[in-house]
Amino acid sequence: MSHDLLAAAILLAQVLLLLAMGFSIVRMARGPRAQDRVVALDALYVNAMILLLTIGIRTGSVLYVEAGLVIALLGFASSMALAKFLMRGEVIE
Amino acid sequence: MSHLDALPPWAAIVVAVLVLGGALMAFVGSLGLLRLKNFYQRVHAPTLGTTLGTFLVLAGSITCFSVLQERPVFHEVLIGVFLTATTPITLMLLVRAALYRDREEGSEYVPPSPTRD
Repeated sequence: MSHDLLAAAILLAQVLLLLAMGFSIVRMARGPRAQDRVVALDALYVNAMILLLTIGIRTGSVLYVEAGLVIALLGFASSMALAKFLMRGEVIE
Repeated sequence: MSHLDALPPWAAIVVAVLVLGGALMAFVGSLGLLRLKNFYQRVHAPTLGTTLGTFLVLAGSITCFSVLQERPVFHEVLIGVFLTATTPITLMLLVRAALYRDREEGSEYVPPSPTRD
């Protein structure tokens, strides 16, 4: 009983996270300006990381947590570089 | 779903509530990112997913693996610490960049810089 509940909850959570990723992609495509797209990319990274964590709970593999950590690191680096680019017009001065 | 059957019922319910709550937070954050009107309003919305959404799902993951492996599993905390440290830095840089760009264009949404000569 409670395990069916858990399976249904994880499935619903994954659907919600996929919808959240879809919203971020729509905002990234629609703009209207560059900084909106960068914020949307940042939100997309975070949602993908949470989705990986739920997949990890579903499959019972701890390795997905390390994959989520790598996604968080790459998302931070890319958002940082894009913010620097918006500020100065170049990434490394 | 063979390995999840090894969870006792209380842990299954706790993990279900935590994961569903976290996903709901991330969903609401992204919905706000889509629906709010202005950039300075929109930049607040996804932080709901970055803070509460991630932390609830991480707590669910910690509970699940700690109960399954019968020992404390805490390396998920690393993601939480990392996100707590990096999200404010990224968003502050982004908002400073957006403010700079809006002031350069003379947008009517932002006041001019008080110290500019």
